[in-house]
Amino acid sequence: MQDLIPLFVLIPLGAAFFIPIVSLKLKWVPDVVGNAVMAVLAPMALMTIGMQTVYDVGGLGRQMGIELRVDGLTSLLLITVNTIGLAMTMYSVNYMSRYTSKLRYYSLLMGLVAALNGVVLSGDVFNLYIFMEIAAVCSYALVAFGTDSDELEAAFKYAVLGTVASGFILIGIALTYGMVGSLNMTQIAERIGSLGAAGAHSRPLQFALVLFLCGFGLKAALVPFHAWLPDAHPSAPAPVSAMLSGVVIKAIGIYVIARIVFNIFGVSQELLQILRWMGIASMITGGLLALGQWDMKRLFAYSSISQVGYVVLGLGLGTPLGIIGGLFHLMNHSVIKSLLFLNAGAVEYATDTRDLHRLGGLNQKMPVTANTSMVASLSIAGIPPLNGFWSKLIIVVACIQGHNYFAALAAVLMSLVTLAIVLKVQKYAFFDSAKQAMAAVVEVPLLMRCAMIMLAVLCVVMALLVASGFTSPFIVTDAAHALLAGRFASSTEIIMP
Amino acid sequence: MAYALCFVLIAIGLYGAVIKKNLVKIVMGLAIMEYAINLLLVLIGFRYGGLVPIAGKGVDISKAVDPLMHSVVLTAIVINLGMLLILVALAIRLYERYGTFDITEMRRLKG
Repeated sequence: MQDLIPLFVLIPLGAAFFIPIVSLKLKWVPDVVGNAVMAVLAPMALMTIGMQTVYDVGGLGRQMGIELRVDGLTSLLLITVNTIGLAMTMYSVNYMSRYTSKLRYYSLLMGLVAALNGVVLSGDVFNLYIFMEIAAVCSYALVAFGTDSDELEAAFKYAVLGTVASGFILIGIALTYGMVGSLNMTQIAERIGSLGAAGAHSRPLQFALVLFLCGFGLKAALVPFHAWLPDAHPSAPAPVSAMLSGVVIKAIGIYVIARIVFNIFGVSQELLQILRWMGIASMITGGLLALGQWDMKRLFAYSSISQVGYVVLGLGLGTPLGIIGGLFHLMNHSVIKSLLFLNAGAVEYATDTRDLHRLGGLNQKMPVTANTSMVASLSIAGIPPLNGFWSKLIIVVACIQGHNYFAALAAVLMSLVTLAIVLKVQKYAFFDSAKQAMAAVVEVPLLMRCAMIMLAVLCVVMALLVASGFTSPFIVTDAAHALLAGRFASSTEIIMP
Repeated sequence: MAYALCFVLIAIGLYGAVIKKNLVKIVMGLAIMEYAINLLLVLIGFRYGGLVPIAGKGVDISKAVDPLMHSVVLTAIVINLGMLLILVALAIRLYERYGTFDITEMRRLKG
């Protein structure tokens, strides 16, 4: 199995180049190849559970070579990325026939999946930067895919802010390299550790840390840096919105912040406090702004900011329970928010509008969409026994254990606001009396329904993860241990040639 | 001193990207910022009186300049090229839609 690790990047990257070459003549190739690739990668990601290894690509050694690293956190992210990716490709078969060029779409989507897998696997900071840029370029192009005025404007805004963020991150990498003389994560961590408290708090390293927080905070759309997200995410085609909101902001934002704070630079109380306040601010701002939206996808995009706040709050608590809650919520939110975006896409596919004023009565016409979106809505609002309830409960309990009563109160109150947000969608889109324009609406095609049902079932099944123990949900515990182990140390690593 | 100038250049690029109202000027600002960062990367690998980093008989490799930063800069330049292409392509498409490069006239998305 260890030898298969590079395939997580190679297979989708190969497909990204293979699709445009072959499918100019053969129109069925993009659909089939895209789905086949994700159908292979999703089970492969499940096989990484419990792996603890460092894969040395090319066998050049630590100072010169490239490393891929798998631990609990990586495998959690891999499973999330590839499972959501599978649902997206299934959904895209019918949905993307609205747009002109399927081959370009699949090519970009495969590039995005390859880059996200690369980000979570890579074991040195510069490779992480490269994969992050590939992911960013693919997502700019995918946001602009419809080439309407809105989409171009959103993509330009996203691209400008994304480039600034990448610039910050590269300066951070440069300063870190200048101080410790290595790009390898383990070596950076060890050398920062050996500098001692005074060295680790030297000005250049602190500045680098601030640059990393700003850069990846921009990529994750945490609150002072969130301005691009509500434009960019709704403008993309629905499966891409789901991918962006569900996976991209977590893999190239939160995952990297967690790695840098916990495993490379090492935690300090001030840092955790910054994370907590960013989380609380995101939670409150995103939730309140979502309430006023009438565009379905824009509403969900604002709610993404709010839910990402929960994840960061959980991580910022720094206690085992808080980290478990945060990571569990990361996984749950990926599934739930992807499902909600797919529902919004299905509504748009069937009715050609996502304006809540003009929708109504769809639960008669589109039973599968209505029911799956009901599951997702209840889950994201934290209604027991669905998965969103458990992760939010763990976060609130962890807040109270850590005596952060304000954070706990904010989390509970924003959960109520989330309920209000999703009920607004349910009422206006699905339960309101049917409007004249909605008379001819029919349910979406089979594969789109399959993708939505798959994610809805996941919402229910993932709630069962807590059955393996409230404070130690399956696979999330491994990921939390990876973060709690502190700075990387070469003595505990098994290097595969 | 060189480092300070480097950061001044980065700040100029950032200023251009944030303050200017013209799409082309924004793209140029970002380009300046990226070049300045590349310069910073080269500077970090540089040392006074350093040798060419080629290992050979009788060469003291510890006195060479740092070759890793050179490869990093080459990679970063290629990535920057990709970013600039995307930004310029978007700017051209926006110009086709609106007939202007002025961002104050593109206000369909807000709130």
